[in-house]
Amino acid sequence: MQLSDSPISQRILLPVRASTIIGSFALALVASFLPWRQVALVPDFVALVLVFWCVREPRLVGLGAGWLLGLAIDVGNGVLLGQHALAYSLLAFASISLSRRILWFPLWGQALHVAALLLCTQAVGTLVRLAAGAEFPGWLLAVGPLVGGLLWPVITTILLMPQRRPVEVDETRPI
Amino acid sequence: MEHTPPPFFNRGPAPLVRLAFFASLSLALLVLDARFRYTEGLRGVLALAVYPLQLLASMPAAVGERISATFATQTQLREENAHLRARLLEASQGAQRYEAAQAEAARLRRMIGAAERLPVRSMPAEILYNGRDPYSRKVIIDKGSQAGLRAGAPVVDESGVLGQVTRVHALAAEVTLVTDKDQAIPVQVVRNGLRAVAFGAGASGMLELRFMAANAEIQNGDRLVTSGIDGTYPPGIPVATVTRIERDAAYAFARIVCHPAAGVDSGRHVLVLESAHSAVPRPEEAGPAGEKRAGKTRRVRRKDGDAAQ
Repeated sequence: MQLSDSPISQRILLPVRASTIIGSFALALVASFLPWRQVALVPDFVALVLVFWCVREPRLVGLGAGWLLGLAIDVGNGVLLGQHALAYSLLAFASISLSRRILWFPLWGQALHVAALLLCTQAVGTLVRLAAGAEFPGWLLAVGPLVGGLLWPVITTILLMPQRRPVEVDETRPI
Repeated sequence: MEHTPPPFFNRGPAPLVRLAFFASLSLALLVLDARFRYTEGLRGVLALAVYPLQLLASMPAAVGERISATFATQTQLREENAHLRARLLEASQGAQRYEAAQAEAARLRRMIGAAERLPVRSMPAEILYNGRDPYSRKVIIDKGSQAGLRAGAPVVDESGVLGQVTRVHALAAEVTLVTDKDQAIPVQVVRNGLRAVAFGAGASGMLELRFMAANAEIQNGDRLVTSGIDGTYPPGIPVATVTRIERDAAYAFARIVCHPAAGVDSGRHVLVLESAHSAVPRPEEAGPAGEKRAGKTRRVRRKDGDAAQ
């Protein structure tokens, strides 16, 4: 039975290691803490990685991880406490519910789904801030999530790399 | 006999239940933070946990700067040195005149028995990066509570008021720029001494004078300086220049747009001032003089800001 025409899904992957997940989240946090010049254009790396793990490993990474990461982002960026926590909980929930569906598509189809998810996350954050009395900073806000969607194939390739190694290195193997 | 699933099928509560739990927790935090500001303790604890990652993220920029400093050419340095020498000469002339004028002003003040203005202490700091929140206008500076910084201190650069310290961490501090929507600062027109309150206009990078009567005596090009009546900003620091005035007969107030004097989007080096005359006690009763304090420069509560619009 062919599940998908994506070459990545056809391979049998090694089980994921917890260190990979934690390391990728730490790297994503660092990337989002970099001193970016124009914040609105930068994709939300943490949300992207969170979607990835929620889609790939819905039993390991879920709402709790999303909520904690959201708190870390809120504190690190000095924004309203709970803004990203709320958005990421919703994002994790949506990604887990949609994980079977998303994996069915080829990479670019997945990227479209992810861009939509990231846009909704950004919209939740915007609604929270507008309700708290901030002003609307302009439609440039929608660019970051779209860039995030474009980055999805890259992120998928990078984060699946540790799971694609052979279990033991065999000296006699030709490749 | 109980019919519970074996432990390896156990997946905990249903996703929707978890979502309800975490969403309500987040909403509670949001309300506590936005309305009551009860979450500063929790924020401090979490900030400690996040700090190593932030430090790691700030490294590439620091390394890049060091590399570019190493490769700065001699001609560049020579030019910059000459430029700075010229600026220093100008500034020292100004400072000498200012000193003389200040001594004279102090003498005159003593003669008429007015309170002497205390000198303002200042601390140099460097802007690390822009705030990462697209909904507000903030910068992060490299001095924090360990350097003796306190929330509420005004921040200036070489050409005018930049903003105010609104949150202090151990090694860094957040400065809300004067152009932020929630930031207000009491000003005075240099030409005629007219007092007003300048509010940030948000994303446009400008300031607005609100609640000025349509017939207020103000014109394009008027320079605005801090009035100092709030006890936070020392008086006489440039804030903005009036660039546009719209007087519409349909409204009671004129719409006055000003361009900030400080380089709110450029520049790296700033001074954090410590307003020394906050030692003067406030009057006990809110009489007619208390009315004037409506223009205090501490962050206006959001509720008031919304009502004022």
